[in-house]
Amino acid sequence: MAEEKHTYDIVVIGAGGAGLRAAIAAAQDGLKVAVLSKSLLGKAHTVMAEGGAAASLGNVDPEDSWRVHFTDTVRAAKFMNNWRTAQIFAQEAPERIIELEQWGAVFDRTPAGKINQRAFGAHSYRRLAHVGDRTGLEIIRTLQYKGIHTGIDVFMEFTGVTLLKDSHGERVTGILGYHRNTGAFALFEAKAIILASGGWGKVFKVTSNSWECTGEGAAMAYRAGAELMDMEMVQFHPTGMVWPPGVRGLLVTESVRGEGGFLYNSEGERFMLRYDPVRKELSSRDIVARSIYKEVQAGRGTPHGGAWLDISHKDAGFIRRKLPNMYDQYKNLADIDITKEKFEVAPTIHYTMGGVRAEPETAATNVPGLFVAGESACGLHGANRLGGNSLTDLLVFGRRAGEAARQYVAGVERPGDVDEAEVARVEEKTLSYLKPEGGENPYELHATLQDVMGTYAGIARSGEGLKEGLGKIKELQERAKAMGVKGGREFNPGWHAVNEVNAMLTLSEAIFRSAIERKESRGAHWRTDFPDYDDELGRTNFITQIGKDGEMTLSRRAVPKMPDDLLSMFSPSDAGWPFGGKKDGGTDHGHAGA
Amino acid sequence: MATLAPEKTMTDLPARTITLSVYRGDAARGEEVPYDVPVTPGMVVLDAIHWIQANLAPDLAARWNCKAARCGSCSAEINGRPALMCKTRLDAYYGEEPVHVRPMRTFPIIKDLVTDVSWNFEKAREIPPFHPRTPAPFTMYQRDVNRPQEFRKCIECFLCQDVCHVLRNHDLKHAYSGPRFMIKIAELEMHPMDDADRVPYAREDAGVGFCNITKCCQEVCPEEIHITDNAIIPMKERVADRYFDPIRAIFRKK
Repeated sequence: MAEEKHTYDIVVIGAGGAGLRAAIAAAQDGLKVAVLSKSLLGKAHTVMAEGGAAASLGNVDPEDSWRVHFTDTVRAAKFMNNWRTAQIFAQEAPERIIELEQWGAVFDRTPAGKINQRAFGAHSYRRLAHVGDRTGLEIIRTLQYKGIHTGIDVFMEFTGVTLLKDSHGERVTGILGYHRNTGAFALFEAKAIILASGGWGKVFKVTSNSWECTGEGAAMAYRAGAELMDMEMVQFHPTGMVWPPGVRGLLVTESVRGEGGFLYNSEGERFMLRYDPVRKELSSRDIVARSIYKEVQAGRGTPHGGAWLDISHKDAGFIRRKLPNMYDQYKNLADIDITKEKFEVAPTIHYTMGGVRAEPETAATNVPGLFVAGESACGLHGANRLGGNSLTDLLVFGRRAGEAARQYVAGVERPGDVDEAEVARVEEKTLSYLKPEGGENPYELHATLQDVMGTYAGIARSGEGLKEGLGKIKELQERAKAMGVKGGREFNPGWHAVNEVNAMLTLSEAIFRSAIERKESRGAHWRTDFPDYDDELGRTNFITQIGKDGEMTLSRRAVPKMPDDLLSMFSPSDAGWPFGGKKDGGTDHGHAGA
Repeated sequence: MATLAPEKTMTDLPARTITLSVYRGDAARGEEVPYDVPVTPGMVVLDAIHWIQANLAPDLAARWNCKAARCGSCSAEINGRPALMCKTRLDAYYGEEPVHVRPMRTFPIIKDLVTDVSWNFEKAREIPPFHPRTPAPFTMYQRDVNRPQEFRKCIECFLCQDVCHVLRNHDLKHAYSGPRFMIKIAELEMHPMDDADRVPYAREDAGVGFCNITKCCQEVCPEEIHITDNAIIPMKERVADRYFDPIRAIFRKK
């Protein structure tokens, strides 16, 4: 039995933007709410968001509206997202941003004293509320200080290991995990659980993601029977640092292009004029990333295999004011002054669009008592996420998850029973990885996994490669059974890595299985053997779920059909339009061109 | 387009190793242990710690999240200087080896480089929160928010707390909340729309008077926040105006 036991009405897993916003919404009516955080409070991956939070406030471009934000989001998603999720998102975004101001966030201002908004890729209007290039920090700090005065209990440096269900195996009744400092297990009984545990970008080596983005939350939900959706959709941010090797993958904010930066190939050509003559550098991320990749493949890459990004034609003071972190980052880590010189960038893994399927209104999963919000959820971003939509996603659906969980627990008298035998089994299993003689090194397995993902599930994918990659994941899953780490339970990162590697291997399998089945190119998913859109697949979401025998199953689910009044805002000539009646074959500058 | 930059932006250094002497131990006992680490161009101290974990000591405890100087998790003392491990390049220490990496001294050690910083989170909770005088959206001008924005750059790495001699040498945590929370108080006090009064709190609970302006905190701040000049001194002035201004004192005593 766990060394420690707690009972709460609602437990939130994760203390990033979504988790904190959910907890603030849940901690009303005297409900007891706990937030479990893998790291210290205020350190979650949300702090790394740079560019801004998208909302049609209309402070800079008054003609903006939720409808335009909605259509931008659905077009970027290539029609694969849930229309209702996108509608709620676009409608509620402005009030969520204003609410942050009410709670103390200090956004950059317009000359008229309103929240300033900047341009960003594939947004029709200047829409991103921002603070220089540290918007994520502003948002998490605001929610953090609001949260600690809202009466929630925060358990810092706590790792969840398994979700527990009642004896009927139906609803979620708790979570078992351990304190990282001591290694002591703790059991949290709860009437409802909100998963806000972020993405799993660390399955790739070249990534902009934090240490924490290893997907234990989504893997726990999967093992508890939750549906994972569209796992093949992984976003490559077009611009990560390339050189020196130690910083490869580190994010270079889209704001560099939003504030006027241009991309050049080794021949000095501004190549985005060729791939997307209309939106140019501010095309959607999938298209810009693929264009850089294609330039490198064609032999027009920079010395370290990327493209040049240049904003030095702008005033140095402007650059340092608008992009202070970028200036410091290049100066300190690469000896480059971006106010004076161009610099190398290349695509880096940035965001997992797939995740635990969430209902639009309630953020509920298919498992009773389990809700999901933020990057671990799936429904809003479809085949490609727009920059700036993630921060707002955290706020809109974090709040909705908290509200829905609150309503749900009103109908639950007490936490359900917890399967004690399961608790004992998981504890024993978790401790079994501590071996005086060592075993398979989890760090090495993680590095091998990252190589496999980079080689077979990267920006350009093929059926053959994907199948080979899946085989390698299965081999790694076998090897992972023999993982072993020396040392004790007290703050042992090697032991912590075991849990992470197991989660990442599960989610990577789901990525491969879904990517194999998506025999088309759409958004972030580019199949060199199926370079075109497929209408039927464009109306299909892929669901991966644990089968009765413990094996992963994959099934197809129709994308919810948009009502005609919303559909009428689109055109059959939109890229990726999957409903037939195309006027010009629906060409996409991103997939076409060389 | 700018003039062409050199083909490579950082010299490809020949392969070499560097010795890190890393504190290993817990609250009861510990010692520095040397590790030889191969260096690649641009490598930072945190990369070396990761290499040690992956290859030599998987149980070496260290905090980190972003490796991009955004989260403020990887604070340590490198050759005696409080710094973020992710922002400290190894090539800066060539010729000064071994590189000593130790945990922050002002906080109790949990294990290796990980310290118990929970006291900071307790202090954070005590500060009277933002209290707007009207509902948002606010009309605020950029020139009026520049100062609170400077303080809101804080990544809560607690390096300022670590270096502050009131906390570090005199262990006056019960009396002084430290530079991090001086800027938090100042940020709220200088927010154009806030109408709460934190001056009594700054004086009596947070102990702003304990700071004697050595400015060590602002020297180590990775965000280059002018902690002493822009936050602590103005807060001291507000306290002085309130409590020690002789003319005001007359009115107070009437």
